[in-house]
Amino acid sequence: MQEIKQAISHVEGTAIVVPGNDIDTDQIIPARFMKVVTFDGLGEYAFYDLRFTADGQQKPHPFNEERFSGASVLVVNRNFGCGSSREHAPQALMRAGIKAMVGESFAEIFAGNCTAMGVPAITLPHGSVQKVMQEIEDDPLIHITIDLPSSVITVGDASYTFDMPAAYRSALIAGNWDSTSVLLSHLDMIDNRASKIPYISGFAV
Amino acid sequence: MKRNLFNTVWDMHKVTTLETGQDQLLIGLHLIHEVTSPQAFQMLEERGLKVHRPDRTFATVDHIVPTANQERPFKDRLAEQMMQAIERNTKKHGIEFFGLHTDHQGIVHIIGPELGLTQPGMTIACGDSHTSTHGAFGAIGLGIGTSQIRDVLATQTMALSRPKVRKINVTGRLQPGVYAKDIILKIIADLGVNGGIGYAYEYNGEAIHALSMEERMTICNMSIEGGARVGYVNPDQTTFDYVEGRRYAPKGEAFDEAVEFWRSLASGPDAEYDDVYELDANTLRPMVTWGITPGQAISLDDRIPSIRDLDEEQRETAKKALKHMGFSEREPIKGKKIDVAFLGSCTNGRISDLREAARILKGHKVAKGVRAFVVPGSQQVAAQAEREGLPDIFRDAGFDWRGAGCSMCLGMNPDQLHDREMSASSSNRNFIGRQGSPSGRTLLMSPAMVMAAAITGEVSDVSEIVPSPEPVR
Repeated sequence: MQEIKQAISHVEGTAIVVPGNDIDTDQIIPARFMKVVTFDGLGEYAFYDLRFTADGQQKPHPFNEERFSGASVLVVNRNFGCGSSREHAPQALMRAGIKAMVGESFAEIFAGNCTAMGVPAITLPHGSVQKVMQEIEDDPLIHITIDLPSSVITVGDASYTFDMPAAYRSALIAGNWDSTSVLLSHLDMIDNRASKIPYISGFAV
Repeated sequence: MKRNLFNTVWDMHKVTTLETGQDQLLIGLHLIHEVTSPQAFQMLEERGLKVHRPDRTFATVDHIVPTANQERPFKDRLAEQMMQAIERNTKKHGIEFFGLHTDHQGIVHIIGPELGLTQPGMTIACGDSHTSTHGAFGAIGLGIGTSQIRDVLATQTMALSRPKVRKINVTGRLQPGVYAKDIILKIIADLGVNGGIGYAYEYNGEAIHALSMEERMTICNMSIEGGARVGYVNPDQTTFDYVEGRRYAPKGEAFDEAVEFWRSLASGPDAEYDDVYELDANTLRPMVTWGITPGQAISLDDRIPSIRDLDEEQRETAKKALKHMGFSEREPIKGKKIDVAFLGSCTNGRISDLREAARILKGHKVAKGVRAFVVPGSQQVAAQAEREGLPDIFRDAGFDWRGAGCSMCLGMNPDQLHDREMSASSSNRNFIGRQGSPSGRTLLMSPAMVMAAAITGEVSDVSEIVPSPEPVR
């Protein structure tokens, strides 16, 4: 996989609703599935313990429901992705087909990880999220579009202005959410800064 | 000086402002481990990039390390594969690796300070959310994901928005039987698990500065459980005394020069903050979690809340918690039966935690039917404990004494809860499934309280078991 320089200004498709506050990264991807040296194949373990019993029987969970299959937008509530910094969590969701997330709030490291993967995580107030969730429950095939330049999400006939950190929004639109090459282009400045930091250049032994 | 330490250290490391408005921040120390780094090295190789500052990068293994049988190859084929990946990657890129064969292997947040790698004024990044631990030294410790590990490996920098700073002023002094763990559990319970989103927490006040470095690390460690990615304490004489003489610490005149620099970073009395929160340590009692987030914590003497007494937005998670834990509203937390006692983790697996636990445990036995084990945070912690005869105290009481690692904090190795077992744990997360069993249950508490629970087989007041505990400070 080479560096991806792809502008992400628009995501559309159907959505899946996973309600609940404080859904942590251990629930999104249990630690025992992180014994891997690549992210490939993590998609099938997304929400694993919420979706399957110990003996592998399906439990009721949105990710097991046929009506939500093929969804590309994940709708959640408050503090989604709290806990561990494991990028395995958003990677598992992305590999399960999720291209954007809509919620009341996202944990900080999780939102940063999503952006670094090119997955917009946008926020709406509680009431709007509840409405959007209801619309999707009523019609799981309802079409959703997320437009980053205008900060508008459209759910069927309704549209809402969403929020997201300005830096994340502009990185996605400009296509430099994969930040390595931008950072690398400042190598001289990096080395210059390092040379002025006492513990790196001065009293370090 | 009106500036707080956070802003001073941030500005010192700022390379430039990016087009997105984020800052490009130089990372002074990059710590890596086996779980979150292999994919980053893979991305680097696919792009033909080198590690920019292998001299500022250090590695260890902690998450998947078995603590009972460490013979290679590991029985767990996947764990063995991860071990080989980090051995290969560190060798190829010339990165110092504290593997199992060295005497400094251990939990990454324990070995950094132990080796003197962690110093005041640094920016420290690691692919682990508990990197905030290093903030105890007056450093900015940042937990990062794998894409950012790739950025830091390739450039020694990362793109980041500057958070706001909230001062948490803890006045008074802790009473006997009450510990640093109780302070941080109380802060998270008060401010909420998402209260710190967008903030760095500065822990300040006489109660904080009376703590040892290891206790300060316990507090900074759990900042992320309150939503704050960064937590720190201003460096003081306690900090300098801890750092002096360690392997990577400046020596001789360089150390004196360093102390002068470190002192200059601390927030002054008139420093400005975006928010201030006050907490009184005098009235604090031991804290225990009753639910499935670290914020669902109450004082040992309190009852589990009733749903209708909670804020609207807490109710749904509370209902889920009661169902998972098998608890009812208004029940006392004291007296809840436990099946497992776990002492360890980057929160409470340091030598002072083990000493205090052993002091309480001495002459007692683990209650019948309770599975109990101690996992020292590092090989150095284990070696020091052995010099002090602590393993015998634990073994005589019925505890298993294990090798160093993360162990049952997250159950990535063979140490896991089974079925619905209830664990009294000195770790940092009580999330559903966290300790390896999807139906397992976790009660977070201080190491001393874990010992009390191990002895009686139920959540108990340590002060009633060891009449007048004098904390080791």
